[in-house]
Amino acid sequence: MSLRAPSVLPGFGLTFGFTSFFLSALVLLPLAALVVAAGSMHWSDFLAVILSRRALGSYRLSFGASALAATINVVFGFMLAWTLTRYEFPGRKVIDALIDLPFALPTAVSGIALTTVFAQHGWIGRYLEPLGIRVAYTWLGVTLALTLISMPFAVRTLQPALLEVQRDLEDAAETLGAGRWYAFRRIILPTVLPALLTGFTLAFARAVGEYGSVIFIAGNLPLKTEITPLLIVIHLEQFDYRGAAALGVVMLAMSFAVLFAINLLQSWGRRRQVRAAH
Amino acid sequence: MAAARTAEERADLATRPGYNSWVSVLVRWLFIAVSLAFLAALLIAPVATVFAVAFSHGLEAYLASFADEDTLAAIRLTLLTAAVVVPVNTVFGLAAAWAIAKFEFHGKSVLITLIDLPLAVSPVISGMVFVLLFGLHGWFGLWLERHDISIIFALPGIFLATMFVTFPYVARELIPLMQQLGNDEEEAAITLGAGGWLTFFRVTLPRIRWGLLYGVILSNARAMGEFGAVSVVSGHIRGLTITMPLHIEILYNEYNFVGAFAVASLLTLLAGLTLVVKNLIERARAAQGR
Repeated sequence: MSLRAPSVLPGFGLTFGFTSFFLSALVLLPLAALVVAAGSMHWSDFLAVILSRRALGSYRLSFGASALAATINVVFGFMLAWTLTRYEFPGRKVIDALIDLPFALPTAVSGIALTTVFAQHGWIGRYLEPLGIRVAYTWLGVTLALTLISMPFAVRTLQPALLEVQRDLEDAAETLGAGRWYAFRRIILPTVLPALLTGFTLAFARAVGEYGSVIFIAGNLPLKTEITPLLIVIHLEQFDYRGAAALGVVMLAMSFAVLFAINLLQSWGRRRQVRAAH
Repeated sequence: MAAARTAEERADLATRPGYNSWVSVLVRWLFIAVSLAFLAALLIAPVATVFAVAFSHGLEAYLASFADEDTLAAIRLTLLTAAVVVPVNTVFGLAAAWAIAKFEFHGKSVLITLIDLPLAVSPVISGMVFVLLFGLHGWFGLWLERHDISIIFALPGIFLATMFVTFPYVARELIPLMQQLGNDEEEAAITLGAGGWLTFFRVTLPRIRWGLLYGVILSNARAMGEFGAVSVVSGHIRGLTITMPLHIEILYNEYNFVGAFAVASLLTLLAGLTLVVKNLIERARAAQGR
């Protein structure tokens, strides 16, 4: 086989064949169906769907709330990762394990639980209500749900980066009289910058497509609290497969752009690390 | 994935000059307080609510919600879905990891991208693509209709959509692990005359068992909890195509909060169990030295 480098190990044909078949049948073929369904539309129909007022409103909420959630996660995620990697306090291990919970918790459960906590009479909602802050059934609730489900991605990206900050470099800076804040700004921040950006992008990517947790807390009013995935579902329920596919293609293009950005960021981070090592 | 300093490293941190200056102490407690408050509001309060509402009318009402025929059907379907999907994911993960980690070939990065793809796609799209293929107006819709086979709004669609969403987890856990372990031991076994299967079961499997187990439980947790993709293909036929997450939505929208949160409490326990097993595996791995 000229396809691959020689090896004494057996099983390439079997495993490669099975993997390729599986991926073609389960991923490539279905995605092709999506692209073809959207591609079979006349371009004016396609544009009418993806640029309708309702669609634009949904992009604004989906992308805006996801960007806000990712920003919140980068800020609080940095504090959490910093706390977990540098400080010793009771319950640290349990907290560290809890970070993965949103990843393991079904989104429908996060959705109804978060809505209940932040509803008018909920545990936290009742204290926000007198302040005039409404979370449930507003864009704020959408942001909160997206923050919850994308949190592990930011924290788990930042933790290893913070561990790798060269301790001796930090020490040297302080020994040489650099202040805490100066050492943070000039040594820690530049080292973890790629991880901060990657964490943001991963959290954003996870949040943009989210459906389960959001629909419970969003209120789902067109133009106001309707996310793009919900709009796709509404098109599907009306058997408007092409319209749904058109919006799906927009979201898919966005996912690819984000994946591409993540790859660029990660190779940038590796290059910086190599440079720092020399 | 665990990123914890060793106890010595943290003890070492505490001896650094300035560790006990009042600014550091203030910053330290501020960071810990803000981190904990953030988690308490966003994570701990919702999880506590699940159980508080589930038990709000007492233990009897909680248990009674599981006597409901539709609830039992939903639990059965979720278990069935996991029983169908997780073994397939496991076989795929092992095959993909063997091909990708053990061999050098053209197009490897394409395979890896395709494996990662479902994780980057909205669950709604993951379900929709199967509607476009097998739905009445889809590519194979007429053919399936003529042969009286239902995929969409039936069990096969639920299995397919769940598989699409969860198959990457085993593979993504195994590929880096097997790449890191290298080929030396397998090559030695083969050179000494062991067959391929024997080498796999006696040499490879014991070394990857913790990673494999972690991939399997993660894939299981996601399979039992998937909402968006399944919701699109399910058709919401009571007692037939309703999984536990979909049943939670129905009960919640009917204002049957005890019922909804009772079912949710089972899935929350599953998530908690998944985390516990994950941490046990990480400890076992650390003890093994890898």
